[in-house]
Amino acid sequence: MKTRNTVLTGLAIAIFALVLWLADKNLGGYAMRILNLSAIYVVLSLSLNLVNGFTGLFSLGCAGFMAVGAYVSALLTMSPEVKEMNFFLEPLAPWLARLTLPFALALVAGGFCAALAGLVVGIPVLRLKDDYLAIATLGFSEIIRVVITNLQGLTNGAQGLKNIPKFSTTWTVWGVAALVVAFMALLTRSSYGRQLKAVRDDEIAAEAMGVNVFRVKVTSFTISSFLAGVGGALLGHMITTIDPKMFSFMLTFNILLIVVLGGNGSITGSVIASILVTVLMEALRFLDEPLNLFFFKTNGLPGLRMVVFSAMLMAVVILRQRGLMGDQELTWSGFEKAGLLPRSKKGASK
Amino acid sequence: MLKIENLSVHYGGIHALQGVSLEVPEGKIVTLIGANGAGKSTTLKAIIGLIKTSGGSVSWNGKSLAGMPTKDIVESGIVLVPEGRRVFANLSVDENLSLGAYARKDKSAVEADRARVFKLFPRLDDRKKQKAGTLSGGEQQMLAVGRAIMTRPKLLMMDEPSLGLAPLVVKMIFDIIKEINAEGTTILLVEQNAKAALMAAHFGYVLETGRITLEGEGRQLLADDRVRKAYLGEAL
Repeated sequence: MKTRNTVLTGLAIAIFALVLWLADKNLGGYAMRILNLSAIYVVLSLSLNLVNGFTGLFSLGCAGFMAVGAYVSALLTMSPEVKEMNFFLEPLAPWLARLTLPFALALVAGGFCAALAGLVVGIPVLRLKDDYLAIATLGFSEIIRVVITNLQGLTNGAQGLKNIPKFSTTWTVWGVAALVVAFMALLTRSSYGRQLKAVRDDEIAAEAMGVNVFRVKVTSFTISSFLAGVGGALLGHMITTIDPKMFSFMLTFNILLIVVLGGNGSITGSVIASILVTVLMEALRFLDEPLNLFFFKTNGLPGLRMVVFSAMLMAVVILRQRGLMGDQELTWSGFEKAGLLPRSKKGASK
Repeated sequence: MLKIENLSVHYGGIHALQGVSLEVPEGKIVTLIGANGAGKSTTLKAIIGLIKTSGGSVSWNGKSLAGMPTKDIVESGIVLVPEGRRVFANLSVDENLSLGAYARKDKSAVEADRARVFKLFPRLDDRKKQKAGTLSGGEQQMLAVGRAIMTRPKLLMMDEPSLGLAPLVVKMIFDIIKEINAEGTTILLVEQNAKAALMAAHFGYVLETGRITLEGEGRQLLADDRVRKAYLGEAL
């Protein structure tokens, strides 16, 4: 029943918005920040899932494109005074120093610059496959980081940028996350999405059917870079401070963790895992502090909580190779089959 | 009509095709038989533009296919059913068929072709919503053929359609090949199963280490001593 599903979807969105509104009113800044961080991770994990899960390209370049988006958006929104304060070692290029754009425009510009970087990196790199592709994208991501570190007059180098306007409010980040989820849902069900999956399943067969495999790969990689750029920009406007070190491989690893946990090729999987992992990252923070286990005491082991995530990842690889959701989605017809919804008379149709 | 002249292909230092010439007349079934590594699959891949040729020419209805991207070759009416079936395992049967027709704009004709595929292979109709990876080998081969039909080909090229299938399924696939041909599609068939291929084909070529060594009508080749000895395993 199509209308029923539409109504249910609308209802779910309304309930979620209500929960967000209540949370925004009642929860403290710390809790809200974690909640909003998960929205940003939704955007980022979907960006990585698009290439890894839907197109079958093992890319590890996420952090580099995030950096591009974050820097572009930050530089376009900071006021001239803040810029002057930031760039005390070497002044910012004058054309940029006086330029201040509205946030929405800057966010899109950040995405487009990241997409451009993705296009430039993708064209040579996407001729590679599997682990070679992973290494090459990882390398390019580090190159982007090093370039940013050394462009003192444009990015303020290793000092990073401070006092970035805090535009990433609850409604902004969740609004963008919802848009990205909707975009991904439409994309993967379109005939273009089918092409992506065909390339993932069998490149030679796709090519033999007349699919332009290389173009499909480059397009997917570019769209993914755009989303990574937007996610990076949101992150910058949330933390209000960015520096090149932030965009190291560890950041990509966190996103990869979410994608693998949630299920390669599942949008709902990525959304659930984003929230789960972000909340756990904070909830498990006590592990890094000194622990009192009755029999012995530890003096604080920074990084112990990452061990939990590594263990989770291993458990997934051994017990549930395809992640929480595999490549399935949570759908209303799926709920109906599981008996959680009353059966519609005409039977399920998506 | 497809005409190949003096086609040659190199893989690194290996001269895989050393001047192959063959013709596929319209409306016929032509088969290319030969042992492992003779260059059968290479010939098909060269025609469809999946690999680069290093010499010779391929012309399709008088037009040269040299240097054309695979996409355009498929649009001009040639399609390849690749060796080992290669269906899109995580897509449903229906989606696999849609991918065959992805470049076509004529929506109603696409649906008519889909109905035609389901008529040829009723088994696929039963399993429309199922993931292609969960089908049996024979069903996957049917799907691979069906997917190719969805491009509405004038020339259907098949690479080892009988590979790894039960004898009964092989017979069925060959019956379908003849049926598709009877409906007006030209077929170029590559096979190791020389007997079945030559029985079905109007015309046959024998390929050995990159060269055509024998050619003739299907039945005629079937009776040829050299073919019987080398490919049909008959003691003479």
